[in-house]
Amino acid sequence: MSAARRTIRFKLNDRPVRADIAVYETLVEVLQRDFSLFGARESCGQGLCGCCTVIVDGNAVSGCLYLAAFLDGAEVTTIEGLAKRDQLHPIQECFASKFALQCGFCTPGFIMMAKELLERHPHPTEDQIRHYLSGNLCRCATYPEIIEAVKTAANHYADNNGS
Amino acid sequence: MATLPHKGGPTDAVEAPSATKPPSADLREVNRSLPRLESHAKVTGSAEYIHHLRIPGMLCGKIARSSVAHGRIVRIDTTAAMNVEGVHAIITAEDIRTLIPDPYYGPAFHDQPILALGKVRHVGEPVAVVLAENAHVAEAAADLISVEYDPLEPVFDEVAAAKPGAPIIHDMLRPAGTFPDLKYLKGRSGTNVALDAHVRRGDLEKGFAESDRVFEHIFHNGKVIHAPFEPMVTVAEITGPNTLTIHTASQSPSFVRTEVSRLLGWPENRVRVRTAFLGGGYGAKLYIKLEALVAACALLVRKPVRIALTMEEQFYTITKHGATVRIKTGVKKNGKMIAREVETYWNTGAYSDIGPRVTQKSGFTAAGPYDIENVALDNYCVYTNEPPAGALRGFGISQVVWAYECQADIIAHELGIDPIEFRRRNILHDGRPHATGTIMTDVHLDEVLDQLVSRMDWHRPFERGSGEIRRGRGVAIGIKACIAPTSSVALLNIHGDGSCGIFCGTVDMGQASDTAMAQIAAEVLGIPAEAVRVVHPDTDVTPYDMATLGSRSTYHMGNAVKIAAENARSQLLQIAETALGTTAEELECKEGAVISPSGARMSFGEVMGARFAMQAGNIIGFGSFTSPYQKPDAATGQSPKITPFWMLGGVGAEIEVDTETGRIRVTKLVNVGDVGRAVNPEVAETQLTGAGIMQLGFTLFEEMIFNDGQVVNASFADYKVPGMLDIPQEITADLVEIPHQHGPFGAKGIGETGMFSVSPAIGNALYDAIGVRITEMPLTPERVLRAIRQAEKRPFGSER
Repeated sequence: MSAARRTIRFKLNDRPVRADIAVYETLVEVLQRDFSLFGARESCGQGLCGCCTVIVDGNAVSGCLYLAAFLDGAEVTTIEGLAKRDQLHPIQECFASKFALQCGFCTPGFIMMAKELLERHPHPTEDQIRHYLSGNLCRCATYPEIIEAVKTAANHYADNNGS
Repeated sequence: MATLPHKGGPTDAVEAPSATKPPSADLREVNRSLPRLESHAKVTGSAEYIHHLRIPGMLCGKIARSSVAHGRIVRIDTTAAMNVEGVHAIITAEDIRTLIPDPYYGPAFHDQPILALGKVRHVGEPVAVVLAENAHVAEAAADLISVEYDPLEPVFDEVAAAKPGAPIIHDMLRPAGTFPDLKYLKGRSGTNVALDAHVRRGDLEKGFAESDRVFEHIFHNGKVIHAPFEPMVTVAEITGPNTLTIHTASQSPSFVRTEVSRLLGWPENRVRVRTAFLGGGYGAKLYIKLEALVAACALLVRKPVRIALTMEEQFYTITKHGATVRIKTGVKKNGKMIAREVETYWNTGAYSDIGPRVTQKSGFTAAGPYDIENVALDNYCVYTNEPPAGALRGFGISQVVWAYECQADIIAHELGIDPIEFRRRNILHDGRPHATGTIMTDVHLDEVLDQLVSRMDWHRPFERGSGEIRRGRGVAIGIKACIAPTSSVALLNIHGDGSCGIFCGTVDMGQASDTAMAQIAAEVLGIPAEAVRVVHPDTDVTPYDMATLGSRSTYHMGNAVKIAAENARSQLLQIAETALGTTAEELECKEGAVISPSGARMSFGEVMGARFAMQAGNIIGFGSFTSPYQKPDAATGQSPKITPFWMLGGVGAEIEVDTETGRIRVTKLVNVGDVGRAVNPEVAETQLTGAGIMQLGFTLFEEMIFNDGQVVNASFADYKVPGMLDIPQEITADLVEIPHQHGPFGAKGIGETGMFSVSPAIGNALYDAIGVRITEMPLTPERVLRAIRQAEKRPFGSER
């Protein structure tokens, strides 16, 4: 596999970083191998389950399909970038307090997608929540609790004008 | 805006009465809805999964798999693959045999080779492994391995495979003899029937003769898969002279150690098996999956080896059992069932895995939660050339419940009896004998039905609609016996500062077992559950546990942890009695301290200081629990003690059917579970709804589609699992809480209960909506539409 390699530079959770990558490598591979960030995970490998959701330049993407080469110059936020020291992000707080996780493998992906939702639609209806999160799957089927968690987090956004 | 009622909260109809629940004012930690102890780790993405493990110098393995369903291996050509830059080694069965001369494993039969040896028995069977510097290289090289097969006739249908003259898949069957409940398996040859298990009670012929009506139907279940989102992954490394460490996403570390040790001919103390949080299990990660293969590879190349499956590969590794169930029931005019015969063929695939246990344990419950005098149950575990089938959340229960609860509905309608009333006339009560002869205890079917009626508002008129969208509702109940006999062992460690750790082999795969065990220990020791640390399974450290399966952990490990905590507590009190100038009997542990009747207190740390003269030492509490069991008679299946406890669940469904497309939409799903006492009520409710939604997927759309043994939809693009838009607008979970007399603080298992009855509740609702009865799952729009057209006597072209 002697494919071309290149060096990319990007912002990862607010810090400037660089990585030496092969052109076929994905965002998830590079996050795991070069930065030991394992919150975005490859599961279905087809961009259909949402376990690999990462925010690139403000848009949620499937990290298992998104080529790392495209990160050059981008701003990347992963689940690891949400909490400030021990202070959880309100969406994280709500997932924990509302029992909105079971095995936890899909949880970071749901939280990242919920973050994009609430940034674009701070007052989502339940239908909006369901549709927005329909690209994220949870095999443990924690869906009712996730909907509650996102609703609660939305109230927090409304109270605090986002955070 | 649509509304989603809180689970267990009021519905938009009437306020459901709270399920029967005794006062538990004396409990502080158990029966408390405590968020999972690992919540912070899981919401920050930092929870440990074996999926994340990387070891310096590690090789990545990729499995080359069989492309035929049944055939002899003529030649394996690895030349081209070996020439790929970055490939370290290619391992075939012959290499494995240099290390393990008899490389067959399995929990029931030693029938599965680590790599195909001479013959392949299903598409996707591992034939060779490429070990390379990274996963990309390994994958590219695995594609270059060329295998020539001499095809043999395959057989896929479980009923056909059981018949004389069917192609024989295994020449010789060798029972494993590992588990006590499977000791009766016999060596066999010349048949695909791995096991037949029977139950006989009363006089079946007389029962049918005395019946006013006899009903007979055949029901089918297709194959579906677990699809844990953390696909199976194992890493093995040599960690010293003749010692091996296996890091694996496994539900059964103790069994992995036993089996790998046996294969290698090593003592168990040289094999260490550890796990972490599991990204889902549902039965997929039980017994041995990748572990023996990865261990052998690591030992052959003397380097750490990691093999991680893709989602696609999981479709070829383990599935749920397909089943064909013929059920014949004799009933009196008043609705009393007096005879039932059930014959079930279980499609266990090419390797039996735990199929014999699925067959026997689900098979003996096939008469349902009913008091029927004359019963005959015949169960056949049948090899076919499909991928191996094992345990999937319920161990086969949902397959038989699909049959007996659809038929219950048919009988009730035929006799003009309300479906709830029909069940009330037949249910098994405490003190009555089950079909196996075991006298029922701690079962609360009346309460489950009461709660179901209330949640469904069953006696209120129901609007079925008249246009193309029709509405219907249905109910079903199901029963499962917890597996027996099994053992769990736990240690409770009080450290020098008084803090507390639990060492136990229960694997937390999302069911919140860490939290539940901490709550149980905390209740005994009078400390907050949040202060307890649960050490994850590591066979070098944590004692034996049979496995995390079959809803057994809360009951078995919960009892072991409770006993260990009581043992530690009594040691603490004995040390404290001298210092506090009283007797241990007068002391108690509460609020994080030992307290005397006069109010004098010693913190646990002070007690340790009194014993060890400084912040030092350990108090180790030991707990061991083995469930009571008496092995059933081989011919009649009769046993005075077939199980330590029964799980009971009921489901009600309201649906809408689009009669133009055949699409079913479940609008309301009500799940009621008899839980003994919930250790953590919120978690128990989530278990019920989660299991219910998983089974909803199996009911409406999940189905592995095979073509000559090849899975044609082995990806999430073509095999749909439930998502946000599939869940009912209204979904509730209700706990019937009546403490079990032997459960820890009254608890029983709950992980599978929510699955049992979903499919027939929806199938019965379909009949209620449009008068069409479908006997084969899943209830896809195509199948529903075909059934509608058949009923209207205008079938589609090919079916005329």
